[in-house]
Amino acid sequence: MPRKPIDLPFKLEYLSVLDENAELDKKLEPKLTDDELKTLYRYMLKARRADERMLNMQRQGRIGTFPQASGHEAISMGSIFCLEKEDWLVPAYRELAGMLYRGWPLETILLYWNGFEEGAKVPDGINDLPMCVPVASQLLHAAGIGMAMNIQQEKKVVLTFFGDGSSSEGDCHEALNFAAVFNAPVVFICLNNQYAISVPIAKQMKNETVAQRAIAYGMQGIRVDGNDVLAVYTATQEAIARARKGEGPTLIECLTYRFTPHTTADDPKRYRSEDESKKWHLREPLLRFAKFLKNKGIMNDEQKIAIDAEIDAEIKAAVAKAEELAKSEELMDPLRMFDYSFADMPPFLAEQRQELADHIAKHKKHKKEAGEKKAPSPAQI
Amino acid sequence: MTQMNMAKAINLALHEAMTKDKRVIVMGEDVGQDEGVFRITEGLHAKFGDTRVIDTPLAESGIVGTAIGMALYGLKPICEIQFAGFDYYNYHQLESHAARFRNRTRGRLSVPMVMRAPYGAGIRAIEHHSESREAIYAHTPGLKVVIPSGPRNARALLHSAIQDPDPVIYYEPKAVYRLFKEEVPDAMETLPIGQAQVARKGKDITLVSYGASLRPTLEAAELLEEEDGVHAEVIDLLTISPFDAATIVESVSKTGRCVVVHEGPRTCGIGAEIIARINENAFLYLEAPVKRVTGFDCQVPYFSKERAYLPDAERVLEGCRATLSF
Repeated sequence: MPRKPIDLPFKLEYLSVLDENAELDKKLEPKLTDDELKTLYRYMLKARRADERMLNMQRQGRIGTFPQASGHEAISMGSIFCLEKEDWLVPAYRELAGMLYRGWPLETILLYWNGFEEGAKVPDGINDLPMCVPVASQLLHAAGIGMAMNIQQEKKVVLTFFGDGSSSEGDCHEALNFAAVFNAPVVFICLNNQYAISVPIAKQMKNETVAQRAIAYGMQGIRVDGNDVLAVYTATQEAIARARKGEGPTLIECLTYRFTPHTTADDPKRYRSEDESKKWHLREPLLRFAKFLKNKGIMNDEQKIAIDAEIDAEIKAAVAKAEELAKSEELMDPLRMFDYSFADMPPFLAEQRQELADHIAKHKKHKKEAGEKKAPSPAQI
Repeated sequence: MTQMNMAKAINLALHEAMTKDKRVIVMGEDVGQDEGVFRITEGLHAKFGDTRVIDTPLAESGIVGTAIGMALYGLKPICEIQFAGFDYYNYHQLESHAARFRNRTRGRLSVPMVMRAPYGAGIRAIEHHSESREAIYAHTPGLKVVIPSGPRNARALLHSAIQDPDPVIYYEPKAVYRLFKEEVPDAMETLPIGQAQVARKGKDITLVSYGASLRPTLEAAELLEEEDGVHAEVIDLLTISPFDAATIVESVSKTGRCVVVHEGPRTCGIGAEIIARINENAFLYLEAPVKRVTGFDCQVPYFSKERAYLPDAERVLEGCRATLSF
């Protein structure tokens, strides 16, 4: 009846391949072709530019409140790049770079943030779930998809995302536990940007890392530099390889910083210093990766400018397309709200649909007769 | 008397309650230094500190579950759930425990807590930020549900909710937070839970509403008088459960016609229960079937279409005219 240490078969590592000064650890450099490296850069940059453009649009009232993803491009791109087409992606809502790479048209994402359900319609041929707002709830879906892959004996994997704040939700713990117990091929990516709106990570949890929770659930875990796309890529590749071999789930904590507000409705000056924010801004993922590509001779200044121009044109086209769709009679039709409640519309809902249709018709007629008499003013906070 | 909006009035009630009673604590996500995403907890953290104004980890079930523990231990916690769309995470704690401890322990233990949450559509928010699901709580035995409609009753009702010996769901119509100001008296006041108010006197038709829907209902009542010469009586429910059937019955017995207005879905909504009470108590006075003007039985659409989902004055007016011409 002794009292002795229990040896647990787990270790926890921190991985950084390309540091903030674009210094490369050559021993750790993943094997990626020049084209693959350029692809990583391209989608990260496109996400950054799109995010900046969306901020302007939000300020102009052309889209609604949205959570910015600037500074988090390395996480979604470095990981989602590792997926095969038949694998599944279960995102949270800051995975813009990876979603664009996966095939989500930017105009679709713009529609989502502009208040159209069509923005959550998964494009045909992609095995993804749409963005998920109630934090951590999607992780259980990912675990379930992974369990289903096991049941169907298919060697696919699921990649799913959550934030440091979400790590406190019960759903997060349940998902990690289910995935571990059922050996589900799930890679959980924690985007630890150190703030849940205003609450810093130190007030969110007592443990030093999110990654160490993997040990408790009996799965592999690692913490990586979330601003280093090569580190994220390396850790995800290893996790996916294990999952495909039937070795179960992995928790990858990507340490980064949200140098933007939580959403466009938030003001970070209320809860943190600008100095802190600036310090982390210098460590952002794109600058170092661009420098790395230049040092490697993959992208010279001229090529960089050309990519910039291409991306600007793509974004411009996507914005135009999204705004055209948002104005179209089809998408603006309020009756669409009833369309997908069930596979078949029950009679009571059909009646309500008709009620709204009649009201709109009458209202239009009424408006015409009364000239341009304005409808009751909208309630705004 | 001071002019203030509803956000300020709720904030005032929190300041007053915390000053008056040391057992009152405020907890939730971003309620401390950030002072709440709608700034409802403004100034509380600075005044009362970390111990009584608690920034919790991001976990609604954790917030409500630990609040239940605190209430059982003798504190009076006020939980803020950031948006009502996220209170399903903690519904289990409310339904399984907050609502049951008194009954389960034959009165030995009770859970005097308040769950505050902004509800309703109309602010161009994303999914899960626009729902109006008060009927779920009204359907839960052991919970009281309160929804203010303006600054003055918001402050008074929050005091009543905090002082109530049982758990109270206090839903805040976020579209009304900063919509208008009204006079709020300097002295603290309460309003009895379970009592409706006649917001507008009339004799021809009774309109029953609450929360954010009260505004379009009152607008419709004005239009009805202006355009049709009909005098509508408007009842502001204020408490959704246990609601004040007597005031409604009295009014309907006088007018013989009734329209219920709420933005939550129609089926099994609050309107259905109001109609049942009218049928039970004033059936012989009715000149027409009671009409419901409500949100539809589909999900609140994303914000490009939310205005079409919400009952506006036009829809209320049409409902009234259909009832009047029955």
